[in-house]
Amino acid sequence: MRTMIRSILVATGVCLGALASGGTLAAGGTKVHLDNPHINLKDEASLQRGARTFVTNCLNCHQAQFMRWGHLTQIGLTEDQIKANLMFNPDAKFSDYMTGSLDAKDAKAWLGNVPPDLTLVARVRGSDWLYTFLRSYYVDPLAPSGWNNAVFLNTAMPHVLHDLQGAMAKVVVGEKESHGKKEVVTKLVMERTGTMNPQQYDLYVRDLVNYLTFMAEPVRVKRTQMGVVVLLFLVVAFFAALIVKREYWKDVK
Amino acid sequence: MSNAIKEPIAPPIPGPAGKLIVWVDARFPLMSLWKDHLSEYYAPKNFNFWYYFGALSMLVLVMQIVTGIFLTMNYKPDAKTAFASVEYIMRDVQWGWLIRYMHSTGASLFFLVVYLHMMRGLLYGSYRKPRELLWIFGCMIYLALMAEAFFGYLLPWGQMSYWGAQVIINLFAAVPIIGPDLAIWIRGDFNVGDATLNRFFAFHVIAIPLVLLGLVAAHIMALHEVGSNNPDGIEIKKNIDPTTGTPRDGIPFHPYYTVKDIVGVVVFLALFSAIVFFAPEMGGYFLEAQNFVQADPLQTPAHIAPVWYFTPFYAMLRAVPSFLGSQFWGVAVMGAATLILFALPWLDRGNVRSIRYRGPLHKRFLAAFVISFLVLGYLGVVPTTVWGQLPKALPLIGGDDLATWVARVLTIVYFSFFVLMPWYTKKDIPNEKPEPTRVTY
Repeated sequence: MRTMIRSILVATGVCLGALASGGTLAAGGTKVHLDNPHINLKDEASLQRGARTFVTNCLNCHQAQFMRWGHLTQIGLTEDQIKANLMFNPDAKFSDYMTGSLDAKDAKAWLGNVPPDLTLVARVRGSDWLYTFLRSYYVDPLAPSGWNNAVFLNTAMPHVLHDLQGAMAKVVVGEKESHGKKEVVTKLVMERTGTMNPQQYDLYVRDLVNYLTFMAEPVRVKRTQMGVVVLLFLVVAFFAALIVKREYWKDVK
Repeated sequence: MSNAIKEPIAPPIPGPAGKLIVWVDARFPLMSLWKDHLSEYYAPKNFNFWYYFGALSMLVLVMQIVTGIFLTMNYKPDAKTAFASVEYIMRDVQWGWLIRYMHSTGASLFFLVVYLHMMRGLLYGSYRKPRELLWIFGCMIYLALMAEAFFGYLLPWGQMSYWGAQVIINLFAAVPIIGPDLAIWIRGDFNVGDATLNRFFAFHVIAIPLVLLGLVAAHIMALHEVGSNNPDGIEIKKNIDPTTGTPRDGIPFHPYYTVKDIVGVVVFLALFSAIVFFAPEMGGYFLEAQNFVQADPLQTPAHIAPVWYFTPFYAMLRAVPSFLGSQFWGVAVMGAATLILFALPWLDRGNVRSIRYRGPLHKRFLAAFVISFLVLGYLGVVPTTVWGQLPKALPLIGGDDLATWVARVLTIVYFSFFVLMPWYTKKDIPNEKPEPTRVTY
């Protein structure tokens, strides 16, 4: 029995270890290192800056068709502030969803693809992926839009934020051996600077990713806060139940 | 059930409540049900960790039914609006997010507790005479549960819902002769679509739950007819105290096991809440990332994997090569892997029930079985290329995916636990340890 339990535990450990070590594969199949934006869903100022970036740069080509304008009150904005600063369509109601105006057929003709809905994109891709993706565009004369991306190869989306970040180029910096094959090592190098320096741009993207993460699950902060209370209650309930059990079982010999 | 007129009982408690009980009992077998199933159902006193999972399965079943009822109040079984209605539940319905996460986490934990419950049966020989029918009802519950999970997984109408259903239904298309028509009949369409979603909703919210409840009732009735097994695998009914007429090693289920199970319930709820409140996606294993993308019939996801509780069988399906130009063999193996559980009571030829007194062969086969199930479960989540390819120089199998061959070997290990059981349990008889006459407590 003991050897059996031990071997089962070892097998479980191996399986779990293997599951945890999975990295992110880029479209090309090569592993890409993803940076952590260290977002903070309780930082309302950051979320509000991110919301502005989202509305001014993402919305309309993309939509957030499951997110209501009204839910932006959860990041510390009032109805008047949202209406005055974020809702550019005068016909839109406060309870409306954040839909865009780009026609799907036009999108297909212009971009080759209908831009995906962004409500849940942070749950699909993860915040690390989004953060790295938005900072990994480079000039590629062969791409239809003139832009390519190191995280999402041949993405249909052009580099919308290039006037802020500037333009990077992919340059070969050396070679390395892997699995007996020679591979080219490339790096993204800033070719033309934008209106922001790299630190400013990273923070700008971080705020946006923070907002996208909020939008994917607005209840997340409340959820974890409640979780603490529920678990504390269950700890107390555990000891209460244990005392009752021991009392009853005293006479079982 | 006799034809004699029922004598009224004495009030069990004073006051009007006691009078009400007397009134009801004259018209309904209230006290006898209470006694037969709780206060005078004698269970062995030596239940250990493994004996929590029956009660916990019941708890999860009730939780799934209750949260499911509330979800249907806002969910829309329509291909155009299903995905949006789930997000509506997550954002606009009061406590909708909690109900949804409880339901999605409950689905995974249902399988966890049921797998542990079944493991208990394997460890202590709970399937053996006279509990064969009890085991068979349990296997039927497991099959119904798999159907329930499969139908339910389509309802959020995400990419994994859609393509998972597409893959599983296409398995039926591999059945010889009738396959393609069978698949269309199941879908109600040439592709997974609105008709499929509607019927899956019907199966998930009413048809299968009715079957499940009926089977659970039968499972418990059969259990209370034959009595519970225990970690020593000996019959407590063989040792009756003549003064009380009850088993010496038995204690009334209520209050002893009700108070003990409450401790187990609280521990389980802590694990459950930790997932619901802190990791409802469970790293993509309970809620898959691709399922946050609305179903798109024109875009196949790069990697389609079923939810973790199906992956051991999925790994078997992928591992079986096509033969005589048909993919049916993989489907047949997958089906056989679940159905072979039913035969277990008649495959075991040992003299003892519990792992504690079994011989070494049985222990090794059981350990190999558990390891094969776990590793197959892992292999079912990852692409077959996960461990690279075998060296090209090898004859016949050179260049094949290593994981595919490991899965093939483990599939054989899985089946040999059952197929070879009559042989190894019989051979083990001389090496079995003597069973005690009283339970170890």
